[in-house]
Amino acid sequence: MIMVFAETQDGKIKRSALESVYYGSKVAAAQGTTCAALVLGQVEDGGKLGAYGANEVWQVNDAKLASFDSQTYAEVIAKVAADKQANVIILPDSSNGKSLTGLVAVKLKAGVLSGVNKLPEWKDGKLYVERALFSGKAFASCRIDSSNAVLSIAGNTLKPVAEGSEVAVTSLTVDVPDAKTKVLSVNRSVGIVPLPEAEVVVSAGRGMKDPSNWGIVEDLASVLGATTACSRPVADSGWRPHHEHVGQTGIAIRPNLYIAIGISGAIQHLAGVNSSKVIVVINKDPEAPFFKAADYGVVGDLFEVVPRLTEAIKKLKSAGH
Amino acid sequence: MKLLVAISQTPETTARIAFKDGGTAFDPTGVNFIMNPYDEWYSLVRALELKEEKGGTVTVIHCGPVANEVTIRKALAIGADDAIRVDMEPDSAYAVAQQIAAHATTAGYDIIFTGKETIDYNGSLVAGMVAGLLNLPFISHASKMVFSGDKAIVTRDIEGGTEEIEVAVPFVISASKGMAEQRIPNMRGIMSAKTKPLQILAPVAAESLAKHVEFRVPPAKTAVKMVDPANMDELVRLLHEEAKVI
Ligand SMILES: Cc1cc2nc3c(=O)[nH]c(=O)nc-3n(C[C@H](O)[C@H](O)[C@H](O)COP(=O)(O)OP(=O)(O)OC[C@H]3O[C@@H](n4cnc5c(N)ncnc54)[C@H](O)[C@@H]3O)c2cc1C
Ligand SMILES: Nc1ncnc2c1ncn2[C@@H]1O[C@H](COP(=O)(O)O)[C@@H](O)[C@H]1O
Repeated sequence: MIMVFAETQDGKIKRSALESVYYGSKVAAAQGTTCAALVLGQVEDGGKLGAYGANEVWQVNDAKLASFDSQTYAEVIAKVAADKQANVIILPDSSNGKSLTGLVAVKLKAGVLSGVNKLPEWKDGKLYVERALFSGKAFASCRIDSSNAVLSIAGNTLKPVAEGSEVAVTSLTVDVPDAKTKVLSVNRSVGIVPLPEAEVVVSAGRGMKDPSNWGIVEDLASVLGATTACSRPVADSGWRPHHEHVGQTGIAIRPNLYIAIGISGAIQHLAGVNSSKVIVVINKDPEAPFFKAADYGVVGDLFEVVPRLTEAIKKLKSAGH
Repeated sequence: MKLLVAISQTPETTARIAFKDGGTAFDPTGVNFIMNPYDEWYSLVRALELKEEKGGTVTVIHCGPVANEVTIRKALAIGADDAIRVDMEPDSAYAVAQQIAAHATTAGYDIIFTGKETIDYNGSLVAGMVAGLLNLPFISHASKMVFSGDKAIVTRDIEGGTEEIEVAVPFVISASKGMAEQRIPNMRGIMSAKTKPLQILAPVAAESLAKHVEFRVPPAKTAVKMVDPANMDELVRLLHEEAKVI
């Protein structure tokens, strides 16, 4: 059977969990088996994972799981997986997922591949799956050589679709170890889709000249329901928060649409964004290297082009699309 | 404090990525190799700062062939006290983690540092595996670490923000941007690196359990479609009807 660790935040199922569960259900279908989702701690809406493909939803609700500790979470995930004899264990390739994947694999003595971006296939009884490497400059087909596998899936690998109906949440009793770390505070901007999960990203660079000019970027993001990002020098000079920085040294993203405004397209920037499905580049310099990586390009002054684009999208939206 | 920093070697950030032998191996022709930036700029430097604050030693460990000793010498030039090279081809995260854990299990390190990921395989697995093998607390993608008494207060990157975590030694930590500022080795460092101890260890028997079988580069992008800057309705139409992303 397939087991998915379904991430929650503040007692609610995260979007990444819908994606992981949907992925898990497709793996289960290919294998002729079932898919179970595991939620840790309190959750209000666990049943909806059924709609996204979970045949069962298991919950371990222990006060010790109220905040995240990688060892404690990994221990519980591994215990349940071993107990239920799950042979593929799926995690999101999110911040917490990155903390857990290696730990869970070691605890289960399972082969592991992180950041996979396609559904697996089986050849001669072995699991093969693809992942990106060299920051999206290459792909590899990879094989698991153990009987069970741990996979973490890259954001935006599959678009989760509600194809089934809700299921009841079953409570499991597991001996939860004490955490050796203590979360003191969580500082998160609220109401914004986090960058790794965003389907549309509007990103701006040094071409913006000054942080006070960001209004036009935010307006565009807001009509698109997009998350904002920025180039490294913009974050380094404190124009934008550090968590918006994308690229080699920032975060790697793969949205459906990436709009780059006043960003030259240096190779280290591209490393974080070139897995985006569609790239639009707005730059006044026709020689900007970013145009080579773009699907659509606009050569022009961003201070004129961006507000014009925002208006054009408003028109489309008001036409009912 | 007794500190261990795991360092890896990767192609330079601007290297042309190509494969050979029918796509089964990385082609190193004309590629410059560097210390993985997360290891060099953030993890190693934070360890050195900590040693300067609290005293102790900084040991670097690298799993790789003899040719990679230039990277180890660079870590020594930046300020590490001594180094260990486990003589092997680092062909999987698990194989590497087992070596680091085998060495660390009796050595009594207070903190084991890694980078958040290598910029070639982007695995982000070694640190968690080492923590799992040694059963130590693990904090990933840390952008800041300060000490308050005998406890470390670590800031960790999460989606859309940060989290502050308290942890006592011993623990494993993987470093992302922000942990420290890059240091350039000076002449004295480079000279002294030549004589600092470098111990070569034979690898312990280790399993891999996962293998990268075949590599390929993505197909070349089709030529960019240029849109008149005066006509953003056209761009919106293309994004809506052709690309179907809005
Ligand atoms: C090891 C390493 C790691 C790095 N990691 C990252 C990373 O993770 N992320 C990252 O982003 N960078 C990274 N960098 C930095 C990278 O090399 C570039 O320096 C950086 O991406 C440039 O940022 P930018 O495009 O915003 O600025 P610039 O290169 O200054 O480009 C500004 C662009 O704006 C355009 N412009 C100016 N005015 C206007 C206008 N009015 N209208 C329209 N266009 C305009 C210009 O034509 C230019 O193309 C890294 C560098 C190194 C060495
Ligand atoms: N061959 C190696 N030798 C020593 N440390 C390594 C090696 N490979 C990876 N590491 C460490 O593990 C971190 C994460 O690597 P990875 O899990 O492969 O992305 C790196 O930043 C290094 O600190």
